[in-house]
Amino acid sequence: MRALRVLLWMALLVTMLVACGGERASEPSAQAQRLATPVALELDAQGLPLPSLLASEQVLHRGNGEEPQTLDPHLSEGVPTANLLRDLYEGLTTTTADGRVVPGAAAHWDVSADGLTYTFYLDPNGRWSNGDPVTAADFVWSWQRVVTPDTAGSYARMLAPVRNAEAILSGQLEPQALGVEALNESTFQVRLESPTPYFLELLTHPTSYPVHRPSIEAHGSAHVRPGNLVSNGAYRLVDWQVRSRIGLERNPHYREHARVIIERVVYFPFEDENAEFNRFRSGDLHWTYQVPSGLFQWLQDNMGEALSVSPWFGTYFFSFNLTRPPFEDNRELRQALNLAIDRDIITQRVSRFGELPTFHLIPPGLPDYRPPEVEASNWTQAEREEEARRLYWQAGYSDDQPLVVELRYNTSENHRRIAVAVAAMWKQVLGVRTRLVNEEFRVFLQNRSQRRVTEVFRAGWIGDYQDAFTFLELFHSEHGRNDAGYNNVHFDQLLERIANERVPARRRNLMAEAERILLADQVLLPVYVYVSKRLVDPRVVGWAPNVMDQHLTRHMAVLRTAEQADD
Amino acid sequence: MINYSLKRLASAVPTLLLLITVAFFMIRIAPGGPFDSERALPPDIEANLAAKYHLDEPLVMQYGRYLWQIVRFDFGPSFHYLDWSVNDLIAQGAPVSFTLGFLALLLALLIGVPVGTWAAMRQNRLSDYGVMSVAMIGISVPNFVMAPILILVFAIVLGWLPAGGWELSFSRLVLPVVTLALPMIAYIARITRASMIEVLHSPFIRTARAKGMPEKTIIIEHALKPALLPVISYLGPAAAAILTGSVVVERIFTIPGIGSYFVQGALNRDYTLVMGVVILYGVLIIIFNFIVDLLYAWLDPRIRYEDSEGRS
Amino acid sequence: MNQPDIPTPDAFEQALDRRSLKGRSLYVDAWHRLLKNRAAVAGLLVLATMAVMVIIGPMLSHWDHEIPDWDHYSTPPSLETGHMFGTDALGRDLFVRTMVGGRISLLVGVVATLVSLLIGVTYGAVAGYFGGRIDNVMMRFVDAIYAMPFMFFVILLMVIFGRNIVLIFVAIGAINWLDMARIVRGQTLSLKNKDFVEAARASGATEAHIIRRHIIPNLLGVVIVYVTLTIPQVILVESFLSFLGLGVQEPLTSWGALVNEGAQELETAPWSLLFPAGFLALTLFAFNFLGDGLRDALDPKDR
Repeated sequence: MRALRVLLWMALLVTMLVACGGERASEPSAQAQRLATPVALELDAQGLPLPSLLASEQVLHRGNGEEPQTLDPHLSEGVPTANLLRDLYEGLTTTTADGRVVPGAAAHWDVSADGLTYTFYLDPNGRWSNGDPVTAADFVWSWQRVVTPDTAGSYARMLAPVRNAEAILSGQLEPQALGVEALNESTFQVRLESPTPYFLELLTHPTSYPVHRPSIEAHGSAHVRPGNLVSNGAYRLVDWQVRSRIGLERNPHYREHARVIIERVVYFPFEDENAEFNRFRSGDLHWTYQVPSGLFQWLQDNMGEALSVSPWFGTYFFSFNLTRPPFEDNRELRQALNLAIDRDIITQRVSRFGELPTFHLIPPGLPDYRPPEVEASNWTQAEREEEARRLYWQAGYSDDQPLVVELRYNTSENHRRIAVAVAAMWKQVLGVRTRLVNEEFRVFLQNRSQRRVTEVFRAGWIGDYQDAFTFLELFHSEHGRNDAGYNNVHFDQLLERIANERVPARRRNLMAEAERILLADQVLLPVYVYVSKRLVDPRVVGWAPNVMDQHLTRHMAVLRTAEQADD
Repeated sequence: MINYSLKRLASAVPTLLLLITVAFFMIRIAPGGPFDSERALPPDIEANLAAKYHLDEPLVMQYGRYLWQIVRFDFGPSFHYLDWSVNDLIAQGAPVSFTLGFLALLLALLIGVPVGTWAAMRQNRLSDYGVMSVAMIGISVPNFVMAPILILVFAIVLGWLPAGGWELSFSRLVLPVVTLALPMIAYIARITRASMIEVLHSPFIRTARAKGMPEKTIIIEHALKPALLPVISYLGPAAAAILTGSVVVERIFTIPGIGSYFVQGALNRDYTLVMGVVILYGVLIIIFNFIVDLLYAWLDPRIRYEDSEGRS
Repeated sequence: MNQPDIPTPDAFEQALDRRSLKGRSLYVDAWHRLLKNRAAVAGLLVLATMAVMVIIGPMLSHWDHEIPDWDHYSTPPSLETGHMFGTDALGRDLFVRTMVGGRISLLVGVVATLVSLLIGVTYGAVAGYFGGRIDNVMMRFVDAIYAMPFMFFVILLMVIFGRNIVLIFVAIGAINWLDMARIVRGQTLSLKNKDFVEAARASGATEAHIIRRHIIPNLLGVVIVYVTLTIPQVILVESFLSFLGLGVQEPLTSWGALVNEGAQELETAPWSLLFPAGFLALTLFAFNFLGDGLRDALDPKDR
């Protein structure tokens, strides 16, 4: 029939057009399943790889979790967005490849004797990606923008230590009242409400990054589009296809641009971790954001040189709702549930990624912090379970009258497995009947914060900055995320003292005491310390595992493959 | 003809309005809002955000405001992707979904119709069952199972094709298009088979056979056209569905289409984005149903859309 | 047969009864036709076997579907460990889980289809029978709902009302009834103008009586076919919900959920995908072939 023939020809035509006409970039590389072996690394006097060892194309493809919600540093949240912003922008301080905080946009600084005034001397070579110099006025305007109520950034409270920040955020004062001042073109002074020992760590967070005032005033919310975005970091934005790719290019005006080796970095968002893994295997990616759970053993056996697993500054724990039965005023029961789970099984058989079991809230890795002793961590699991049963009976439960409890978690494969395992353990050791409630994320958050229906629920926290306070303040009676409903006046007062304590040794002791109180009160059920896990092409150098998991592209380089004479 | 078209256009408006209203209120009933996060917002900031996006106004007022906006084709800012407007996001994602969907449709027709016809001609023989079994894989194995298997075989083990990502090149399109097309191949093959069997038993075919016409001519010139009628009426809503993308294919192959916006938009409570894609879907359905009716009239001369006949 | 001059309702009843008798042999006819379709017969047998298996299967194994066997997670099928289908990532026996999952999948399929059946048949029969403006308005309403993206609304319902299994039945059924309504309405329209209905009306039978005794039994054919073909669709919808994380709650499971978990272990533990996927595919094939066979067999035009 004629119409059918026409249809057939059209189909053929379209297929041919598509096949031939489309770009033919990035075919799967020849190294599809075998990982390329790089040449041996040698550094020159400045600590950079010898140019002869570098691959001819310095392009890095990074897998990056979810599509960023925004590229405006003052509105951003989430790790994927932070990764991008760290390449685009630079704060007063920055980090080295192994995670040490070093001078960034500020070349050096003074701290006043009382710890309330920080004076930053900006690097005179600091430039925006359009050539404008980075000035102290930029920082003043940017920080005022963060605390302006209209901006409504979810991390605005990161600047809370600055004088008047809280008052401005709640609308009582004008943004101009913020305790920041440009003493001259390149001197930026900050006055704090109280001595904040972790202030310099805070400054690596995107909320404190400067933004380019003329661009924002000219383009409004479109200032983040490629072509409009002006940033002061090692890279500038050249290409953004939503949910497909974000392309960055070396910023020729960056103050240290001579040390930046990677020319282009492309960030690929992924909604499915297996999809990201497959792209890595087929050669499309050099760097992944995560690794599919359950593949640890396989990866160790088959791709061991690409797998990187290292402790992360975060703890996975379950939280009790202390404002309702059955956990209200029932420390024994909470402790029983705490002791009944076998953390070794969970980390070795369930999550299986080399996570560290823990009985603490604060993850290890903090220099100089000595955590309080938890006796139960020294017992055997059998002893713990025996004590758990004793406490369970003491709380009034038994096999005839078992505890019926609901365990709430949000939709995720990992959370599901752990919840199932925990429920099974409670049943086997104590006879507890657990109802597993899996909720979609936003519903889960809402129920958690309302505290009307929750009993025990999945929680967890990854530190915003490298200090124990970011974990402890979660349990302040007035903290917005105190979903446990913990209300201990003594603990709140301890937190106040910690915030004002300037002597590091005393401060450490106070923090350890605060953690001890939390653990003794059985406010939470710690399970394990997070690990950051990813696959990295062995040819990529210039990065190192660090506890805050920050990896700036500008430290990295791609080496040549060992077999090839030239790329 | 014109009258009929105008009547259809006129009845499209209340349909769309109903769709918009139901979607608008349903998504706002869902607990949680677009700005909930693990980092709790201080109450004053929450209040500011709500004010900025008019979320503190009474629902009916928001509804009215929204209607006034979309009449001018402004679908508002996305609540989740803060740097983009819904118009931007749909303009970026729709061509992607349309391309994939169109190619999948073509493939499904090119395979499904011949397969169904062939099976009909050999009704109840082993070859009928065999061919239909293969065709029905698309609706017996969920696509989120087929896709990883295809990727494993063709991208990882054989290394012939990339494992995903979006580009207008043959190699990147093959696997997603095939995955999308598989269920449609199954439906089209089955509908064609059933319909062709019916047509082949009808009087005018028997007459043609009695006249001594060769089987092939009978099938292609006489049986196919009427047999395709049910396929076409299936295609109406199916085309709209496939053109608005598939969450599974987009997630597994990392394709930036608009299919995910239906699901992720709802889960993120991105009210405006969700409304935008829902409206787009409604418009497509209305358009395609209209086209289907026109095609019906063209293919079956017994159907005419005139006032005197009326429409039941 | 004697023909009274003016038929009394009783006589008419008898005549109509004989008509329905003829209708019953209609079904016997169809049954014979079905038997000729070997794929459909195979499908029927498979479904029967499947139903039996999922009901008694879990009782045959001493493993429980929710207690993990910590020493044997992700192990392949083997007789030594007693795990005939192997274990999943948490060490739960896959055979028992596949059977329990089958119960849920089939349950969801049947119940959700029944819900949509109830709504759709009632709606369609009423619209078709009364015709005219009522029919017009009712069908316009169906058209309007047709323009709504189905999955989107199922997801919204799951989010709004939480996730429990009863809600899944209702949500899927409540949104799936449109096709049924359309088909039933079409059939009713053509039926109501047939002679025997005219005759029944002329003899004074009430509307309800006519709908009950004449319209609905003749709808049976269409409805059976539709039900058989909808159940696999519904099972697939539930599996899609599991893909999104919105399906049945732990520790309950369904084939869709099992298949979703298994797809993630495709390379390392292929049995966790193959067994549930095999059962799922087999069942869906069976339903589809049976449905197609029923449609061929009950097709009125084929006579």
